[in-house]
Amino acid sequence: MKYSVDKNGFYGDFGGAFIPELLYPNVKELEDNYIDILESEEFITEYKGLLKDYVGRPSPLYLAKRLSAKYGGNIYLKREDLNHTGAHKINNTVGQILLAKKLGKKRIIAETGAGQHGVATATVCALMDLECIVYMGEIDIERQAPNVARMKMLGAEVRPATSGSKTLKDATNEAIRDWINNPLDTYYLIGSVVGPHPYPDLVTRLQSVISEEMKKQLKEKTGKENPDKIIACVGGGSNAAGAFYHFLEDDDVELIAVEAAGMGVDTGETAATTKMGTPGIIHGSKTLLMQDEFGQITEPYSISAGLDYPGVGPLHAHLFKTKRGRFLNATDREALEAARELTLLEGIIPALESAHALAVLSKIEINDSDTIVVNLSGRGDKDMDTFQRELGY
Amino acid sequence: MNKLQKLFNTKKKDILSIYFTAGFPKLDTTGEIIKGLEKSGVDFIEVGMPFSDPMADGPTIQESSEKALVNGMNLDIYFRDLEEIKTQVDIPLIAMGYVNQMIRYGSDRFLQACVDVGISGLILPDLPLKVYEEEYKKKFDHYGLVNVFLITPQTSDERIKEIDAISNSFIYMVSSASTTGSKSDIDNSQLEYFERVKSMNLNNPLIIGFGISNKETFSQACEYASGAIIGSAFVKAISKESNYEQISSFISKIKS
Repeated sequence: MKYSVDKNGFYGDFGGAFIPELLYPNVKELEDNYIDILESEEFITEYKGLLKDYVGRPSPLYLAKRLSAKYGGNIYLKREDLNHTGAHKINNTVGQILLAKKLGKKRIIAETGAGQHGVATATVCALMDLECIVYMGEIDIERQAPNVARMKMLGAEVRPATSGSKTLKDATNEAIRDWINNPLDTYYLIGSVVGPHPYPDLVTRLQSVISEEMKKQLKEKTGKENPDKIIACVGGGSNAAGAFYHFLEDDDVELIAVEAAGMGVDTGETAATTKMGTPGIIHGSKTLLMQDEFGQITEPYSISAGLDYPGVGPLHAHLFKTKRGRFLNATDREALEAARELTLLEGIIPALESAHALAVLSKIEINDSDTIVVNLSGRGDKDMDTFQRELGY
Repeated sequence: MNKLQKLFNTKKKDILSIYFTAGFPKLDTTGEIIKGLEKSGVDFIEVGMPFSDPMADGPTIQESSEKALVNGMNLDIYFRDLEEIKTQVDIPLIAMGYVNQMIRYGSDRFLQACVDVGISGLILPDLPLKVYEEEYKKKFDHYGLVNVFLITPQTSDERIKEIDAISNSFIYMVSSASTTGSKSDIDNSQLEYFERVKSMNLNNPLIIGFGISNKETFSQACEYASGAIIGSAFVKAISKESNYEQISSFISKIKS
């Protein structure tokens, strides 16, 4: 298994757990227990049960005929946008909340950027009757008012991160600091395939239900388990990790990761981490990140708050370095146009994040016989303000 | 044996260490603060390398780091400032920051620069024990630099022994489960923890930090350890004025 995490928590050169000694026992507890719990029959039954009846899985694999007619091949959309709470994020929070309960934790903390992971966390905390505190950058709280209200209605406390650049990376720092200060009763429910080992592997496993279903659905629809290409957007990279997971060792499947170019990769206003980043440590993980020559982490930019992260999960850094993944990017404008196009062709308003994945359909070579899956990671309801402003509705 | 190791050979108790952030309150105050601390009778100094994402630090050091970076502090200036006062001070210095700073600067270039400006050791809280052993210990030994590890109330006895075995100056004993600057007094559960670790009779001296802020907490810490480190309280005290009077009045209150 060339692309699995090794016993030290690394994917090739990337990963590990670069954490202060203060967090060592917390992370060790998780590392020692997560595989046993995830593989236990009791967990699997509860997890699969909730995914089916609460989240609404399996999510459909939909052949987008008009989109295919435009770009060629057979383009399927994996409809994560139809999940409860509107995105793939809930696959992870359902799994981690069960894990937290098995570990006997009473208090849940999480970070959020746009608020999607925060909402998905607040949702499962309401379901399980657990205290929920979500850290969110002060600037993001202003930008994402509807999601802040949803979290509050779900009973979560939303705490503003006022340090640094007051966005996702600082919310993550605050969540880590909370965990340092509350090491015994608190579970840190991280939202992407980032952070110290075992989080990248844990979140990847929980999101891998996406590719597990894809294989089955493709077999039914096309007679073959493997598509020619899978396309997914990457911020931290959890939906891409889930969409790629069961195809990682199948070299005949091209894995295409799409980063947010923002205003353009050379403008300085970008979140295209593999293009502009260098190796280093962010949030306890060795990976590629955007930083200056002295190792100060810089603030990325994308119109899409879910892709606005200065690092990328260590699995993706490894896929990039080994060239197993093909890393492309799309600008704000390209993503907006792709969102408009999907809406008019298929009647589906995608999240701005997912629109980045759609935006590369015009940039890749497609044969008529190709089977392509685009992971439609979320729906666009949360982005209506941006669409109205930028596309003039 | 470097200056820091010599200090622990000669002084066994009431060791006072101060942390401050380089480039704070002003870009050019670093050298003056070090000289002031030495003159005031401090035993060794941790010179903070401000970092954009200091995850083990509480609000005071976060703010001082942010301000220092806005002031223009970076590692080139940091090393230049220390180089300038190298012949004027004799007090042991430790560079404290985060591992990404060393990695990005290039570990050999970084460690060489530390030696060149007279630094004796490093505290990089997010450099894990295992990674240090496998990747960095040889280099640190080669440059004659020590690496200081932290222990906390949650660290197991077994792990404390491992840390003791690899340490060659002192062990940084974090007083409570918290980020820097969080607590104002020491409670019974902390005293039990101090007592437990003290009774392990480790090879390396213990220096207590995090939550040590005044004469009272310093004296309490010194009953159980060889000394203590004050960070946030000092950074707060010099946030407006960092002249010698300010520094010596803070230190004399601790030592009185």
